[in-house]
Amino acid sequence: MPTTEQTVAADRAAERPARLRAGASPLGDRAFEWLTLIMALSVFVLIAIIGYELARGSTLAIHKFHWHFLVSSDWDPGNDVYGALPFIEGTLVSSAIALVIAVPISIATAVYLTELAPLWLRQPLIMFIELLAAIPSVILGFWGMDVMVPWLHTHLFPALRGRLGFLPIFHGPDYGHGYSMLAAGIILAIMIIPIITSISREILRSVPGLQREAAFALGATRWEVTRIAVLGYAKRGLFGAVILGLGRALGETMAVTMVIGNAPQFLISLFAPGSTLASWIATQFTEAVSNLFYSALFELGLVLLGVTLLVNVLAQLLLKTFAGPSIKPQH
Amino acid sequence: MELLAFACAILVVMPLLLVFYHVLREGLSSVNLAFFTQVPAAVGEKGGGMANALVGTVVLIGQAALVGVPIGVLGGIYLSEYGGTKFNWWIRFAADILNGVPSITWGVVVYGLMVVPMHGSSALAGGVVLGLMMIPLVMRTTEEVLQLVPGGYREASLALGISKWRTIVQIVVRTALKGIVTGVLLATARIAGETAPLLFTAFGNLGWAHGLKEPIAAVPLVIYNYAMSPYPDWHRQAWAGALVLLLLVLFINIGVRFLTRDRFQQKI
Repeated sequence: MPTTEQTVAADRAAERPARLRAGASPLGDRAFEWLTLIMALSVFVLIAIIGYELARGSTLAIHKFHWHFLVSSDWDPGNDVYGALPFIEGTLVSSAIALVIAVPISIATAVYLTELAPLWLRQPLIMFIELLAAIPSVILGFWGMDVMVPWLHTHLFPALRGRLGFLPIFHGPDYGHGYSMLAAGIILAIMIIPIITSISREILRSVPGLQREAAFALGATRWEVTRIAVLGYAKRGLFGAVILGLGRALGETMAVTMVIGNAPQFLISLFAPGSTLASWIATQFTEAVSNLFYSALFELGLVLLGVTLLVNVLAQLLLKTFAGPSIKPQH
Repeated sequence: MELLAFACAILVVMPLLLVFYHVLREGLSSVNLAFFTQVPAAVGEKGGGMANALVGTVVLIGQAALVGVPIGVLGGIYLSEYGGTKFNWWIRFAADILNGVPSITWGVVVYGLMVVPMHGSSALAGGVVLGLMMIPLVMRTTEEVLQLVPGGYREASLALGISKWRTIVQIVVRTALKGIVTGVLLATARIAGETAPLLFTAFGNLGWAHGLKEPIAAVPLVIYNYAMSPYPDWHRQAWAGALVLLLLVLFINIGVRFLTRDRFQQKI
């Protein structure tokens, strides 16, 4: 409208009722809505860019090795031959160890925080757990190198070998002096415990009180109420929390890189050094000498992205269908 | 059973205390004036500091905020104030998925996107990668706090004839400003400690970066590089760096808790 400000204001005042009826909006409104919409849509654009960029970077390796890349254990820059299998196995096994340790501890803690703990203790405990989640992974990794790994080497590994040495996973030499797949699993457990605990706590808190009262009324003991009425009801949400923790463990880089020993191998013994997809990318990227080497590292990234996306989609679907949008994301 | 659950809770809290104790013990004996004022000494020589990395981290966070905060806040406004339920569900879903993308993957992507075309690592690439990681974090917290603003505020403002966008900017956002700032601070604390995405983007620098097109040092990167080195003096410096970084991150996290105390207590 090519008029002066006053006229515009007068025009708008006169037009307002008509505009409200028509549902139209002034220019500023539309511009602002579009601006915010574009910014909100950036999340889709970013996901697309990540996928595209990794796929583009890995073209060379995909054309050269096809699906052999996923099942081959050779990583030989001298001959320019690359395979991802040991890293895929390392990623899955280190995350599995983390889950085995973290799931019972996290869920028990979440139950304690929602059902059992005295009220005055809840708030400080929750704060400690949230602070644990805030520790940068490089610091946790440094602590792991300096304190945990030597302790594993001198105390835990000999003890495990003595008691459970008949199991192949607790058998074999400790080449890495503590730097090992098991060390990575333990560090990952420490990192995902606060995540699984916080989300599980929110899930348990959303279990209706009626659920508990009904079970008590039927004469159930406190343990039975927790197990059947609370945990049973919240099963799906808790599963979502665990899967979200898994997603985080699969992609965790720094802390793992610092304690896993970084060997391009996967052995059954958990005392042996290994690598994960993320840790191998982190240590090799600056060493890459050929285009194919780079491309293979991009493809490791693509595999990692594929796995984590799948796991995260599953986790979000479980969490969102359990409790609607009221459960906020914890990262 | 109660005892067992209590033991688990203690077990969960233990690592925080152990790590904090160790970082304090090792770090306090290593922090000195030189740490804050000097650049790293030559390899093998004693002394030197982390001044360039401290400044580098501030520069990287500043750039990241320039990228992440506007996009995140505006996107959060859309999620809270506009759009249909179903459509926004998808955006929220995508933001949560984006939050789960491993940080090393971000590093590789921005390497391909910026470092290769620009023929080298740069502070700019480091800032952008951290900024992109901030977007979904800021977007979700912004949305969450905007939804806490009572609908009556919006209606009252609209009823006065104030246009919708000015209602949002001047009433809704202003009411929730403290919450938005909290979200931004938490996102900052999160990216301040990120190392993996910086490995091939900001890359690190033993001296000062002259301009944003040069590689730049950052505290978490230096901690990693020094920790992996065989020199005891570098280890000592890495602990000092870890102490500063940990205090910064914990300070923001605890500070934010006091800032939003009422809201948090209501939720429990």
